[in-house]
Amino acid sequence: MGICIALAGNPNCGKTTMFNDLTGANQYVGNWPGVTVEKKEGKYTRDKDVTITDLPGIYSLSPYSPEEIVARDYLLEGGPDAVINLVDATNLERNLYLTSQILNLGIPVVIALNMMDLVEKNGDKIDVDGLSRELGCPIVPTSALKGRGMEDVVKAAIDAARAEKAPASQMKFDAAVEEALVKIEGVLGDKVSPNAARWYAIKLFEAEDKTIADLKLSQADLDAISAIRTSIEDKLDDDAESIITAERYDAISHVMGKTVKRTRTGLTTSQKIDRVVTNRWLGLPIFIVIMFFVYWLAVSVGGGVVTDWANDGISGDGWLYTGNAAFDEATEEYEDAHSQVVTYVENILGEDEESELPSDASQEVLDALAAEEPEAPEDDADADAVAEYEDAMAEYEEAQAIVADFDEQAQASHAVATMEVEDEDGNVEEQSITFADYQKALEVEEPDPSDGTWGLWIPGLGAIIADAMEAADVAPWLQSLVNDGIVSGVGAVIGFIPQMVILFLLLGILELCGYMSRVAFIMDRIFRKFGLSGKSFIPMLIASGCGVPAVMSTKTIENEMDRRMTIMTTTMIPCGAKMPIIALVFGALASGDSSATWYVAPMFYFLGVIAIILSGIMLKKTKLFAGEATPFVMELPEYHMPTVKSILLSMWERVKGYIIKAGTIIFLSTIVIWFLMNFGDAGEGFGLLDPDAPDYMEHSLMAGLGNLLAWIFAPLGFDNWQATATAVTGLVAKENVVATVGIITQLADYGEADPQLWFGFLQMLGGSTAAVVAFCAFNLLCAPCFAAMGTIRQQQNSPKWFWITIGYLCGFAWCVGTMLYQFVGLATGEVEFNVFTVVAIVIAAAMLFQIFRPMPKREEKQEK
Amino acid sequence: MAEIQGKTLRDVQVGESATVRRLSGEGALKRHIMDMGITKGVGVYVRKVAPLGDPIEVTVRGYELSLRKSEAECILVD
Repeated sequence: MGICIALAGNPNCGKTTMFNDLTGANQYVGNWPGVTVEKKEGKYTRDKDVTITDLPGIYSLSPYSPEEIVARDYLLEGGPDAVINLVDATNLERNLYLTSQILNLGIPVVIALNMMDLVEKNGDKIDVDGLSRELGCPIVPTSALKGRGMEDVVKAAIDAARAEKAPASQMKFDAAVEEALVKIEGVLGDKVSPNAARWYAIKLFEAEDKTIADLKLSQADLDAISAIRTSIEDKLDDDAESIITAERYDAISHVMGKTVKRTRTGLTTSQKIDRVVTNRWLGLPIFIVIMFFVYWLAVSVGGGVVTDWANDGISGDGWLYTGNAAFDEATEEYEDAHSQVVTYVENILGEDEESELPSDASQEVLDALAAEEPEAPEDDADADAVAEYEDAMAEYEEAQAIVADFDEQAQASHAVATMEVEDEDGNVEEQSITFADYQKALEVEEPDPSDGTWGLWIPGLGAIIADAMEAADVAPWLQSLVNDGIVSGVGAVIGFIPQMVILFLLLGILELCGYMSRVAFIMDRIFRKFGLSGKSFIPMLIASGCGVPAVMSTKTIENEMDRRMTIMTTTMIPCGAKMPIIALVFGALASGDSSATWYVAPMFYFLGVIAIILSGIMLKKTKLFAGEATPFVMELPEYHMPTVKSILLSMWERVKGYIIKAGTIIFLSTIVIWFLMNFGDAGEGFGLLDPDAPDYMEHSLMAGLGNLLAWIFAPLGFDNWQATATAVTGLVAKENVVATVGIITQLADYGEADPQLWFGFLQMLGGSTAAVVAFCAFNLLCAPCFAAMGTIRQQQNSPKWFWITIGYLCGFAWCVGTMLYQFVGLATGEVEFNVFTVVAIVIAAAMLFQIFRPMPKREEKQEK
Repeated sequence: MAEIQGKTLRDVQVGESATVRRLSGEGALKRHIMDMGITKGVGVYVRKVAPLGDPIEVTVRGYELSLRKSEAECILVD
């Protein structure tokens, strides 16, 4: 017959480490109160008949927190055959408080006295046998960290379960209280099992609602118990709950007086560390340094170097393994030469005054210069290929003619262009470009990293798959689906993995060594004003790199409401992938004049921070987050060196969750978006669109969807399908926003830093500054990418809260966008006063009301 | 429970100790404070204040506990 053993204990006493050790399960371990929110089960590795249930870490069996209720319900109703109560020997007094309650339950108990080695190192002495006699149950000294004593504990628990021997604790309360408990046991009679009679008597004495409701006692019994309680309350001048708690602690002090010898004086190691780390003056600077270091490693090093590498390697063309310096130099040389050519051509044929782009005539020459000679078909008999080649050749010859014309004109004009060049020291010099210089510059070829001359080139997974499919003659639609849909979508997600690994290793160390609780201690003051927790700082810092690890790191916030609020708001901080959007908008607004509009980029960061603060204040006053302020009575656990194994386990647990999601939700969503963008009716019936055809997007399902949804964005100033489709594709990955603008404006080869794209983007939004600002604000604040949404779904762990989060983000983004477009538009004269201006004013008024009104008084959530 | 006046843990200076007399308030918060070991008659040492002035860190029953000043107000001391 199988035996069920429950593992119970305080948070932070090494319980999860012990569970992992016993069951071999890869379970997450944290030096954080309340990491295990649900109970977890595993089979004992040495005897598969023994099931071990890991209960959440709790301080008490009172039914107030979700963790306490889970643990209590399992112990009372789950029918475990025995309980292993893990007790931190270095913190015996408080740990035994839970023990004193578990001993009342009437279930066989074995105490695992953990961290005994540390106690001995400190020079303290615990009389284990004496303690065992006092508590009336077996005690086994263990070290979960070193895996010592594990087998003995389980063996003792199995023996206890077989013997069905309830603990016989010698711990007694004050005589008057004992007398009252005996009387209540008398009233109860045989309504409860005799082993658990003391537990129920104490709970009824405390007048605990849950127990009273569960037992369904008669009114006469309740009155009798009530009379007993009142007489003791009067006698001891305190309420029953306080009396019992104090009695338990007094009994523990009494037992400890008999069995524990302390020799330690002065400060503990943790207290010494905290004298510096949470020091009144040094605390904040140290915190800032640590956070900067985490950010720097995870976001700059991890996000920059490693993620770029992974992105290039997986979804990109490939990665140059060696010879980077030489390649970079060659690239720079090419770029210099290219700008010389552009400047020279513009000097002769002019540039567009307004956009500072090359004029049409200049552009024609530049395009002609870029034309490449087509390759002759391999097979002369292939009529189609030959025809195609002839067309291309004709085009190429035309381009050559344009170039020749230009050269003739240029040579005749003897024109000399000047270009401003910045040297290595930052000095700006004027460089003159003659016709000879121009011709020389044309000779410089763009370096190709994959041609083998630069170093070891490793082609990207995307390129390999594309080549393989090309070779295997796979249907074009399938090639498109795999390359443009799956590889680029899922690849973008997988590209974050190296960054996540670094981040979660660092966070794991901070958490397991005990610093995370200190973060809460230091930052609590600031964040609780917005209904957030001191621990919300970490997700928000990380969100400036990527929202996915940010949302995952909310796991360290143990309070449910604080955690939900942090998840809802943290993605408002612009992440790395939103940077190109800001750069694009910045360019479109500034038209390259960065000195006049330098404030645009930082402004969007402030927008994110302000959005979080305002959201926190507003949400806190809604019914969703109503209730008492979250208490902050929290243990600051002792610092200890985490083991490499537990850090790796904690990292793997989190990264694994992310990888699984990338394989499911994100995989499906990228296929849907790909389908919407590439299928449609371009006049030849419904089917796959030809991406080489001009304006192919216009016929796609995405354009149809964009048209359907465009009215939503009318108040924000961009009610066309292009802008709407852009926002929708941004859901796959925010990088797609700029890419889609490129496809729609047919400037896909130009990056977000290119004036061509800025101008195209500005035209897409009707040339309105207000609409550009509103567009950017909406895309930064609305629902994040699928990867982040999937993470939100996982962390909120409730469909209702997931939709509340997404709904709030989109709604809030829409409101902010509307206000920005209407108010900025009015100020610049781009918008006439209209019905949506009124809407914007109403939204602004409603927000101000919600922000400044006092905290609404609400009915107590749980009426007694 | 009617007692609202009197010295609370909030009034204890950093570096000083006090003995808990009783807890005001009721419900989950009070129970949680008691569960953490702050019960009648126990000695509490106020170790420090957080860098931003709140919360505070106390040593009780041999371990470190942090609580906000508003919560310390519920703890009446001698």
